[in-house]
Amino acid sequence: MASGLVTTSSNRIDERFTTLRATGRKALVCYVTAGHPDLSRSRELLQGLEDAGADVLEIGVPFSDPMADGPVIQASSQTALDAGMTFDGVLDLVEQARLKIPVVLFGYLNPFLAAGPSALGRMQAAGCDGLLITDLPVGADPALESSIGASDIAFIRLVAPTTPTERMQLIASHGSGFVYLISRLGVTGMQSAVAPELGATVARLRSVTTLPVCVGFGVTNAAQAAAITSIADGVVVGSAIVKAAGESVDSAVSLAKSLRSGIDQAT
Amino acid sequence: MLPKATDRFGEFGGRYVPETLIPALDELEFAFDAAMSDPDFVRTYADLLRDYVGRPSPLSDAPRLSERVGAKVYLKREDLNHTGAHKINNALGQALLAMRMGKRRIIAETGAGQHGVAAATACARFGLECVVYMGETDMERQELNVFRMRLMGATVVPVSSGTRTLKDATTEAIRDWVTNVETTHYIIGSVVGPAPYPRMVRDLQSVIGREAREQMLARTGGLPTAVVACVGGGSNAMGIFHAFVDDAAVRLVGVEAAGEGLNTEHHSASLSRGRPGVLHGALSYLLQDKNGQVHPAHSISAGLDYPGVGPEHSFLHDSKRAEYAAVTDSAALEAFGVLSRLEGVIPALETSHAVAWLLDSVGTWSPSDKVLLCVSGRGDKDVAQVRAMQGNAR
Repeated sequence: MASGLVTTSSNRIDERFTTLRATGRKALVCYVTAGHPDLSRSRELLQGLEDAGADVLEIGVPFSDPMADGPVIQASSQTALDAGMTFDGVLDLVEQARLKIPVVLFGYLNPFLAAGPSALGRMQAAGCDGLLITDLPVGADPALESSIGASDIAFIRLVAPTTPTERMQLIASHGSGFVYLISRLGVTGMQSAVAPELGATVARLRSVTTLPVCVGFGVTNAAQAAAITSIADGVVVGSAIVKAAGESVDSAVSLAKSLRSGIDQAT
Repeated sequence: MLPKATDRFGEFGGRYVPETLIPALDELEFAFDAAMSDPDFVRTYADLLRDYVGRPSPLSDAPRLSERVGAKVYLKREDLNHTGAHKINNALGQALLAMRMGKRRIIAETGAGQHGVAAATACARFGLECVVYMGETDMERQELNVFRMRLMGATVVPVSSGTRTLKDATTEAIRDWVTNVETTHYIIGSVVGPAPYPRMVRDLQSVIGREAREQMLARTGGLPTAVVACVGGGSNAMGIFHAFVDDAAVRLVGVEAAGEGLNTEHHSASLSRGRPGVLHGALSYLLQDKNGQVHPAHSISAGLDYPGVGPEHSFLHDSKRAEYAAVTDSAALEAFGVLSRLEGVIPALETSHAVAWLLDSVGTWSPSDKVLLCVSGRGDKDVAQVRAMQGNAR
């Protein structure tokens, strides 16, 4: 891997949200599974989503047993694994894509552990800005969490609707970049409506942190994205993008464009 | 908010789960500890084990097997429990706990179907809703248990993802729990999963070892030389080991499934051939490839067909307090027949692995040695599968 050619800093996430806040805009965060539907289209998809106006890309590192994901992301992960995708394969993809927008790696702990102690350094060299590990909640592994927290990679943490306010504060104080708020109970996947208690959960979270709040899980269309960004700093769209990407890169990109315009019209 | 000492067995265990589940695990840990120090709960549970399960389970001499092995063999008869296996000890305890927490919807995963049957049984007894996740492959292998569960009013949900076995059933059950956590208790069937499950399931199964230790002392005037049990997730083994862990002179032997052989890709021997990794909420020995992807397990026995193992077994393995061996499908199948013919006890295919290890140990004992073998379950559920395989061989 040609490390050092790409200069990066975890501040790209902070800079992006500072700019958005200054201009009164909200973030569109798009999730894709690395290597889905295949390697070359995965690369096209990253570029297409950036061009469609995504502010942050979450790139999924596929895992064989994704217990927090629904059927769409599970199937895309299996497709990518069957085609040979690995942790370093994801880093190569990020490096080759040379994106101007920040990149967050999103995945499960075991492939990250298997990538070894130099994984964080390799991530940074490849141009990754943040890391989100679904099955590493605050306090689960303090030594590992400290090493991630001390790196230049932003440590994106999850908050759930079940999280007590006191624990929200603990989570936010051990995270950086932004906080990813899960909009509802359950696994990733598409829903028709925004959970009614979301506003109250966002308010509880805002009472304990100044980090930007992005809301995900279940967002399918522009109207939902607009509803969410009326109360949050950004919206994360995953399964809907992945499902569209399974049809064609173009349909995923046009979904991202419609999400972008939905968000922008509402703000 | 810092991790508690009880979360880990040495470095193993922990709580590697989605954030959504953390409050439920906190609630469960608190409720379990409170229940176990509440005399009413303890009495209710003990009464159920006596009057409904039929405990204490007998300790049987095994004269003809003893002669074959060259040591005095004693069988701890968990196969005689109501529902035919040790799984009921845990399912009843957790169902009581669920009601104490005000949760009336139960979910469970199952491999061989014994835990699913136990959960369905407990739910029928208490009038709780029961949903059991089971891999499609296992549903074919254990058709009769599927029927049993449905007969008792449980919903059995086929799992068609991944390897369509216990691993994927567990993943699917966790997904259900993440979705319905506020109304639902997840009865995990083995000493696996995030804290407090490994400790809780061990404690609920530890009645096996407490009884067996007393029975051995009363019957033979001393402790066994060795205690032998099969290990998939490892709940019957932890249940019988726990009472003997502090008896340093007692050998503890866990027997994993070597499937088609340890040097093939088709086995379930996490401790013998895996390395530490994180699956289903805990750090423990795990069958995985170099990229950290979970390697599909294989065993003739659906109950041992799991790529992970309970974290306390990983600790006992690394600390060398227990020793772990592995026996093949064909050795287990042979042992299934041997115990049937020698003692009139048809063991579960899971148990047959422990029997096979014992048959292989001939020549290593002195005649005064006493071996305590946990007959974790009865083989009725496996008879159709074994008959079909023997038919094919002919």
